[in-house]
Amino acid sequence: MLRIPDAGAAPPLRNGELDFEAPWQGRVFAMANALCEAGVFEWQEFQTALIRVIASSPVAEGQPYQYYNLFLAALESLLADKSVLRQQTIGQLVAELAAREHGHDH
Amino acid sequence: MGDTDAALRAEALERLLVEKGLIDPAHLDGIIEMFNTRVGPMNGARVVARAWRDPVFRQSLLHDGSSAIASYGFEGGQVDKLVVVENTPDVHNVVVCTLCSCYPWALLGLPPKWYKDPAYRSRIVREPRVVLREFGLAIAPQREIRVWDSSAEIRYMVLPMMPDRLRDADDATLLDAVSRDAMIGVQELT
Repeated sequence: MLRIPDAGAAPPLRNGELDFEAPWQGRVFAMANALCEAGVFEWQEFQTALIRVIASSPVAEGQPYQYYNLFLAALESLLADKSVLRQQTIGQLVAELAAREHGHDH
Repeated sequence: MGDTDAALRAEALERLLVEKGLIDPAHLDGIIEMFNTRVGPMNGARVVARAWRDPVFRQSLLHDGSSAIASYGFEGGQVDKLVVVENTPDVHNVVVCTLCSCYPWALLGLPPKWYKDPAYRSRIVREPRVVLREFGLAIAPQREIRVWDSSAEIRYMVLPMMPDRLRDADDATLLDAVSRDAMIGVQELT
């Protein structure tokens, strides 16, 4: 059964919708656009990375579809392929940020 | 990856890209602001309303969508080639991106969640009549349904049929009548 969660919802932008459920989703979307504008990659290359990630991610029955998680994974993988950023580098900073969130840096 | 993890990864990614001088946080704010305020289906509605009124524009829009809308200067690019497909009494068109989420941002804004959902992406191709029915749209059996699969190179938009009641309507009424879902092809205007 097709889920149409936004049917009938009060629409911003005259029946468009604000796409981002959390601020990080908007940041990730904007980063991909900005990097494309800056010439770091072509949009088609990003699209190819996204298609690959989507195709290799099984859809969990009954779970909400995490589109922006896949979008983020595609961006990370493309930046790694382009030797712009290694995923380990991101992982290290994530660990530091997580420690901060638990109050270890106070 | 949970949502908290994703939020942290996004934050880390942004910091590292800023450090490298590849992005500017203020510019990211600007992009988000643009998509939240200036890019949306109201742009597609302007194009549709004009095509209903102006037969010459309609022809050029159907012939070469990208060139026909160039003068509007819509933001939210990424569309190399826009193809506009026209609904008629014999043909109903509907748009999908089977592989990911390609969509004519400049005209319709960002796609609704269901457009990106694997269920819509796979089922609209296999059983369009059934899926359209679930959207509340019953297409007569004798009417052909054409499903257009978007890609990074080609984005599609549907030119809906103008309801008779709008024949003498003013511009504001016309614009108001054109819905996002009609331009994707999962709704018909009445």
